[in-house]
Amino acid sequence: MSALNDPVLEISGLSVDYGFGPNAVHAVADASLTLRRGEVLGLAGESGSGKSTLAYAVTRLLREPGVITSGSAVFHGAEGAQDLFDLDADGIRALRWSQISVVFQSAMNSLNPVLTVGVQLTDVLRAHSKELGRGERRERAAELLDMVGITADRLRSYPHELSGGMRQRVMIAMALALEPRVLIMDEPTTALDVVTQREILQELGELRERLGFAVLFITHDLSLLVELADTIAVMYAGRIVEHAPAEQLFRNPRHPYTEGLLGSFPALHGERKAMTGIPGSPPDLRHLPPGCPFHPRCGHAMDACSTQVPELLPIHWEPTEPRRASCLLHADGYQAPESLKKTTLRTEEIGSTL
Amino acid sequence: MRILRNRKTLAGLILLAVFVFLAVFGPTLAPYPALEIVGNPWEGPSGAHWFGTTQEGYDVWSQFLNGDRAILIISFLSGIIATVLSVVIGVAAGYFGGLADNFLSMLANIFLVLPALPFLIVINSYLPAGGKSSTALMAAIISLTGWAWGARVLRSQTLSLRKRDFVDAAGIIGERSWRIIAFEVVPNLVPVIASSFLFTTLYAMGTYVALTFVGAVDVNTPWSWGSMLFWAQGDQAAASGAWVWFAAPGVAVALLGTSLALLNFGIDEFINPRLKAAGLTRKGLRAAGLHHRQTLGLTPVLRPSAAPVAAQPAEIIEETV
Amino acid sequence: MTDEAGIVTETPDSEIPVLEARNLVKHFPVRRGWALRGAKVHAVEDVSIALRRGTVTAVVGESGSGKSTLARLLARRASLTGGELLWEGGAAPSSGRGYAREVQLVLQDPFASLNPVHGLRYILGRPLKIHGTADGQAMDAAIKALLERVALTPSDQFIEKMPHELSGGQRQRVAIARALAVRPQVLLADEPVSMLDVSIRLGVLNLLADLRDRERLAILYVTHDLASARYLADTIAVMYAGRVVESGPAVTVADSPQHPYTQLLLSAVPDPDRDGAPRLTGAGSPPSLIHPPAGCRFHPRCPFAMAKCKVETPPAISVGDGHTSSCWLHENNENAQASPAADTAGAA
Repeated sequence: MSALNDPVLEISGLSVDYGFGPNAVHAVADASLTLRRGEVLGLAGESGSGKSTLAYAVTRLLREPGVITSGSAVFHGAEGAQDLFDLDADGIRALRWSQISVVFQSAMNSLNPVLTVGVQLTDVLRAHSKELGRGERRERAAELLDMVGITADRLRSYPHELSGGMRQRVMIAMALALEPRVLIMDEPTTALDVVTQREILQELGELRERLGFAVLFITHDLSLLVELADTIAVMYAGRIVEHAPAEQLFRNPRHPYTEGLLGSFPALHGERKAMTGIPGSPPDLRHLPPGCPFHPRCGHAMDACSTQVPELLPIHWEPTEPRRASCLLHADGYQAPESLKKTTLRTEEIGSTL
Repeated sequence: MRILRNRKTLAGLILLAVFVFLAVFGPTLAPYPALEIVGNPWEGPSGAHWFGTTQEGYDVWSQFLNGDRAILIISFLSGIIATVLSVVIGVAAGYFGGLADNFLSMLANIFLVLPALPFLIVINSYLPAGGKSSTALMAAIISLTGWAWGARVLRSQTLSLRKRDFVDAAGIIGERSWRIIAFEVVPNLVPVIASSFLFTTLYAMGTYVALTFVGAVDVNTPWSWGSMLFWAQGDQAAASGAWVWFAAPGVAVALLGTSLALLNFGIDEFINPRLKAAGLTRKGLRAAGLHHRQTLGLTPVLRPSAAPVAAQPAEIIEETV
Repeated sequence: MTDEAGIVTETPDSEIPVLEARNLVKHFPVRRGWALRGAKVHAVEDVSIALRRGTVTAVVGESGSGKSTLARLLARRASLTGGELLWEGGAAPSSGRGYAREVQLVLQDPFASLNPVHGLRYILGRPLKIHGTADGQAMDAAIKALLERVALTPSDQFIEKMPHELSGGQRQRVAIARALAVRPQVLLADEPVSMLDVSIRLGVLNLLADLRDRERLAILYVTHDLASARYLADTIAVMYAGRVVESGPAVTVADSPQHPYTQLLLSAVPDPDRDGAPRLTGAGSPPSLIHPPAGCRFHPRCPFAMAKCKVETPPAISVGDGHTSSCWLHENNENAQASPAADTAGAA
């Protein structure tokens, strides 16, 4: 999956605060990411990581008291490149939903309980595709439901008459109604049972092949992203700490947090052995330690880690690899431990563990 | 305390402090008793009588200084009794549910729809003379019509609290019901109870002044601003141009009510800290030069000006590896 | 070893289970909607499970499977519609407090299970006071001992804290400490780590393992996460639509599932080590519990459904050492590893 596609969304140096002045909480600090056409980019992190904040800030949907304090989000759409942070209300509205759409975290509760599914779908169409007549809108709504595997008779159903999985599919249909280039999904399947989750993700894959949109998939479930995403960016305390192709990140992590996180998912195969997860507690964004925000919990921390904030850079001893990590261990002048220098490939791994 | 940093609460507290001072020291500071002829009737404000005199020649300023105590005592006493009633009835109804809830809710609904003023006037008309002038009895009677609203609010709060896990957990470790109500549920209701208390006190004050104004209670004992209003109305102060006679007590009552309302705002913001955070952000944004109101769906961008990215025609470079 | 009722018994030196449920039934009346009046939610149907000292029994299922209801029934926080609970083979303590002293329940949401107005000293002091485990002077020392047992150290700092000063993982440890304060013999944990950050889940799970090993508690671990059940538990019971469909040693059930539902679960669970894309063996969603399907409740979704499945509910049939599956596919193949899916590795 390393075809060089054009970027469709370029985020650079994004910082987002909650509140203002000296008590402001820095929810996202200096985040840079590129989403390419047709790519699935997974954004992984736990509470306080800033992953949802990042997604909502980019689409300007962040609620009070969120403020964007630096950076840019350049969207390469039908009308060329535009910085989403320079747009006014009309500009954003033109792009939102028709070119960038969002499936929210509590999508189950995002559907209006007093309107039928059909009305909500046609509302989306009416707001954005003024040229469609009423009959055409209904047809298109039925088409959209069919696209996510729901029969057209459900147009007349109310949200509470649908199961959780079906409601989520309706949300996806609404998000894809105008065939956007980018679909941002914030924990879309977390509240669903595992089987429904798998079905929906498979359907999503098929839709992606048909319509060619890129996906920014936000979740705390790293094991899911390894199966689902092309690239993964891991966030901690508002910063991106590692960004690499999915398989590489899983087999050969470079950041101690990624290493710890991967070690927090018990395996479904192999011998049972004791695992520890990551010691300590999630970061308190109001009282971050100086230097690297992860260093208090890091098993490989050095003295420099408590004074310098590492930047997200390519690994200096393997500069040609398309991956970045923000850790001093991989900077010039330091020596990374063996566990963070692995270069195993899939076949090797299978041979050694079983 | 954080609650004192709020400007509204502070204003309310200061204002209330003035009235408390007045209630405590007013009667001693008054140059004359309220009902003693000390000057010519219908005098305007002067050096001798700051607020002028009434139709009988009483000193309005003295009457004014004497008028606060009864109101404050009756309002707060009534507020306390009504709040205690509303807590006991509302929380019991919410926690126990079932038959108890049905009965207590019905009781509350009856008292809620009862037209308070007519009801109180009727009750008062049956009181003997001693009763009509008793502060304690008045407070008790007024609280009869003031507890129902708070009870309903507390009942619904208790219903939602009862489902919370920590109440469940208390039952799991073996706590008895009464202890759960008193030590797990009620402490979480304190802000609501405080707000309900202030609201009920405000209501009691308005009701007492109204009852005095219409003469349903003994108008002269205890003396209050309501009494002044009663007499000013009866003696046609407005037509005679003696505006201080009714304006002073009227404004005082309004300000007392305002102080209670301001305190209530402060409690609201304490209960909902998000209101506060949003306010601070708006102030900061305004200071930074962003004057538009934050619209939903347009997160404000506050950054050093970046080079504007003009919309360029799309260049599609196909590169396949 | 499996006895005649198909109930799994654990280790060779197994004693009588400290808490045993036999044929539990729980039906809830439906309250909303006039059209549904008189209808019942068949939340738990004919569930038998045994908890033994020094073991962790995991109950794995999706939401609506009845696993949380089962935990509440075992804790006697909900009344039984049918079936019985046995305590060490005999009658269970009858009084509420007496039972609470032996069986404790830890709830799922660490952000809701601690009263925000009370500090840790009060929260942990109450169970000690109620059950007379400590009093007066010894109270503080007893509370600190509890904090140390759940690795919340330094304990003299934590004893002064309020819940809002703690992280999710720390709060859950406090909830566990509160349950331990009464010195129970059985600890029921309802999805104790589902609402915690991934990186701290293992800390809490390891704590449960420690309590099993060092203090010989009988632990029930309710979860929807098969992987964590495989990690922590000695026995896994898989629930679907109110019934136990498979039960057996944890690693065996997770590595060679016999019931089609368990196989479906495994095919759907995220597994980075999987070869190629997952192939779902079954579709659809769990059935309505108000009108559950007749016979085997899984048959509408089962790729192997036969005529018999629609009519008769399968009992727990032994398919290995201590391993049972409630599926008619195993009817004539007792003790054989009948694995309908193509190549699941075999040995018992």
